[in-house]
Amino acid sequence: MTGSIFYWIAFVVTALAAVFAAVMVITRRNPIHSAMFLVLNFLCIAVLYLLLNAQFIAIIQVMIYAGAIMMLVIFVIMLLSVEEEERRRKIPVPLAQMLGMVLVFILFAQLIFGVVVKVLPGEQGEFSPERIAELGDVKTIAGLLFTKFLFPFEVASIILLVGIIGAVILSKKER
Amino acid sequence: MPASVTPLYFFVVSALIFAIGAAGVLIRRNAIVVFMCIEMMLSAVNLTFIAAAHYLNSLDGVLMVFFVMTVAAAEAAVGLGIFVLLFRGRKTIRVDEINLLKW
Amino acid sequence: MIDLVWLIPLFPAVGFLFNGLIGKWLDLDKRVVGSVACTALGLSFLFSILIFFSLLKLPPEARAAVPDKVLFDWIVSGDFKTVIGYKVDPLSIVMALVVSGVSFFIHVYSVGYMHDDPGFTRYFAYLNLFVFMMLTLVLANNFLLMFVGWEGVGLCSYLLIGFWFERDAPANAGKKAFVVNRVGDFGFLLGIFLIFAHLGTVGFNEVFAKAPSLDTATVTLITLMLFVGAAGKSAQIPLYVWLPDAMEGPTPVSSLIHAATMVTSGVYMIARCHLLYSMAPISMAVVAIVGAATALYAASMGLLQFDIKRVLAYSTISQLGYMFLAVGVGAFSAGIFHLMTHAFFKGLLFLGAGSVMHAMSGELDMRKMGGIWKRVPITFLTFLVATLAIAGIPGFSGFFSKDEILWQAFSSNHGHLYLWVVGAVAAGMTAFYMFRLLFVTFLGPCRASEEVKKHIHESPPIMTIPLMVLALLSVIGGYVGIPHILGGRNFFHEFLAPVLGGAPQGTEHAAFSLVRPVFASGGAAVGEGVNMELLLMGVSVAVAIIGICIAFYLYIWKTEVPKRLGERFKTIYTIVFNKYYVDEIYEVCFVNSTKKLGTFLWRRFDDGVVDRSVNLVAELMAWLGSVLRRIQTGYVQSYALGIILGAVIIIIFLIR
Repeated sequence: MTGSIFYWIAFVVTALAAVFAAVMVITRRNPIHSAMFLVLNFLCIAVLYLLLNAQFIAIIQVMIYAGAIMMLVIFVIMLLSVEEEERRRKIPVPLAQMLGMVLVFILFAQLIFGVVVKVLPGEQGEFSPERIAELGDVKTIAGLLFTKFLFPFEVASIILLVGIIGAVILSKKER
Repeated sequence: MPASVTPLYFFVVSALIFAIGAAGVLIRRNAIVVFMCIEMMLSAVNLTFIAAAHYLNSLDGVLMVFFVMTVAAAEAAVGLGIFVLLFRGRKTIRVDEINLLKW
Repeated sequence: MIDLVWLIPLFPAVGFLFNGLIGKWLDLDKRVVGSVACTALGLSFLFSILIFFSLLKLPPEARAAVPDKVLFDWIVSGDFKTVIGYKVDPLSIVMALVVSGVSFFIHVYSVGYMHDDPGFTRYFAYLNLFVFMMLTLVLANNFLLMFVGWEGVGLCSYLLIGFWFERDAPANAGKKAFVVNRVGDFGFLLGIFLIFAHLGTVGFNEVFAKAPSLDTATVTLITLMLFVGAAGKSAQIPLYVWLPDAMEGPTPVSSLIHAATMVTSGVYMIARCHLLYSMAPISMAVVAIVGAATALYAASMGLLQFDIKRVLAYSTISQLGYMFLAVGVGAFSAGIFHLMTHAFFKGLLFLGAGSVMHAMSGELDMRKMGGIWKRVPITFLTFLVATLAIAGIPGFSGFFSKDEILWQAFSSNHGHLYLWVVGAVAAGMTAFYMFRLLFVTFLGPCRASEEVKKHIHESPPIMTIPLMVLALLSVIGGYVGIPHILGGRNFFHEFLAPVLGGAPQGTEHAAFSLVRPVFASGGAAVGEGVNMELLLMGVSVAVAIIGICIAFYLYIWKTEVPKRLGERFKTIYTIVFNKYYVDEIYEVCFVNSTKKLGTFLWRRFDDGVVDRSVNLVAELMAWLGSVLRRIQTGYVQSYALGIILGAVIIIIFLIR
């Protein structure tokens, strides 16, 4: 399947769309536009997940990221009525930002070098796509979540609880 | 035209989105946009996890993504709460006008 | 019974803890505090007496060989081991008797004397602590424990001299005493170190058993170092300067610590180490010469003082000089004998002075007294007894002890004619200034102000009874040591003989051949040692009587003469009256240079080097911080930059 021409075209289109959306996110001056392109980016990544045979994650990517979190972000943008960033900066390009760009470029080069040149280590697992298809994606993940990853699962629940409490305390008006 | 899509392609896409997100974090001055860039970086990392998991015939990466999403959700709740609070106090959420994090 | 020796110092220690902790805390009634302190001392005295009689029951040769009462190991370190242990032998028990006995009477006296003082509880706590330390000193069975007592009495002396620390003079006097004593203690400590270095032990029994293996130079050095300690504690030249100032303390303290007990501990220490001293003739000579010089020198300073307590202080120094003269010529038991009688009569003199002060509303200057003997008859009579005793009038205790010292100074192997001459002259001076004190204070016209005159009264019985007891002891104390020549048994020497060896008897030796021609040419019936002893006794009594007569002539009969003499010999008078300017000389030579050195070290070294280097480090860090904190801009994005930089560096290592 991965060798089919349809797969190839699907990958190229969604990958390009994702990168394009990412570039638009950081270049739009209006935060609402940025947010919209971010939604597009998340949707593209969800498609990539589907290509990688991870249907469950693709679904929750759309539901949580593109749905819930971006909903929240747009709500906050509206609430704070943030205006567009002005076009001109007082100092055209600050030293720190130039340095930041250089660093980001080095980081990118390192990542590419890492994945292209270095042989990535890794053990073959027991869940081949055929096996997952046979067992069922969601069922398999749920099984692992409540057996092998029980402890991280509980920790994650605590993190969510802390997040809820933190949000409540932060947004509470001081008496 | 290559015969098949290897994990390498996914890694490159992921690295590209990650680097763009990092650049966004460094250059944008609107705190909410910075926050969105961070989400984008997380998402890029997730893509790497899924790709690696797929080609290694393992589900560990998938579960890791599940936890990353959990953390991201919590982060969104707290981070956006902080923005609201900051805006309430300082009437701005521009990160170059807020320098409270020092001595 | 002898095993219970540890109880003797225990009682004052308990008294100290009770009064010092509970008494202060609960703010107990003065009667409770006073009776606890006195009871502690009384029990201590009682046990001393009981142990003394148990010791007396033993045959003489067994008395010195009573095994030490070891309570527990104190310091065990490698080869070095020392214990908390008490030694009972005739010497230490005599000292314990004198200390606890005199202390007991002075405690009783103090209850009356200090009655109105707000520091009553503190006073008795210190006093009990002092007695505890003093008994530790005299009963210790090793040098180290003795040193603990030695330092402890020094501390109590400091605390009690500065008892009224609200005023400057007592506080400064306390400091002076402490610092001067420190010089002596340093010598003592060096002596102990030397003993340990050469013999590997500090126990008395072991040291004295091994001592013969030492060579003369070492022993001389050790004994000289020990003598430095003794000179500091017992106020000998050149370390005597603290004692006159120590009179700023309460009078019973002067009596107990600075006359009867603590200042004599140097004499005790030398007597305790007599085996070492016997091996070092040079040290013996030094001790004898310093003692004789001090006796004469201090007596001369006492001649012109007007402050009652200062006269007595110089008299104490002078009498201590006698004791050192005695131990220096090898007459150790004579020294201890004089120590004992001196404790009685000098303690009594100070208590009498205290009683006079009590009567005269705290006045110390004898020029403002006079003619009060009818108003304070008991004080006067007891004072008279003590004065007769110190002057060496036959029949009183001072006569026996002082005369024996003079005789030994002349006749002993280590003695010399000049030592005797100095001693005799000092004896004459003693008689003079003591009777001058007596005459001016008690007789003649009263020179006190009307206000004071009205209040002159005899002290309450709690003060006069100790006076009478000590007066009795001042008379009969001498009869335990009546010399053979007067038909006595000299029981005291016999008792001490097992420890100190037989006192050198007046036999034919070099000193006679030296002096015989002098006396022979005078045509006196000299030739037999016995006659010589009687002759010298007569001479010293005559000298004392001459001194008394001069005092009578100058201060009763022709009272205007002293003033004229003072004007005639103005230079000498001024020098002596100002105590030979020794304090000023010390001030210039030692105190100022030490102060300058201290100031120099403080300003230049401490402030300039130590503090500045510390400050420099701090300033460097502050500067570094002020530079480095610029990295902390407070902007989130600069921190994000740092995170990415860190990520880049970490990835370099990961993909390497």
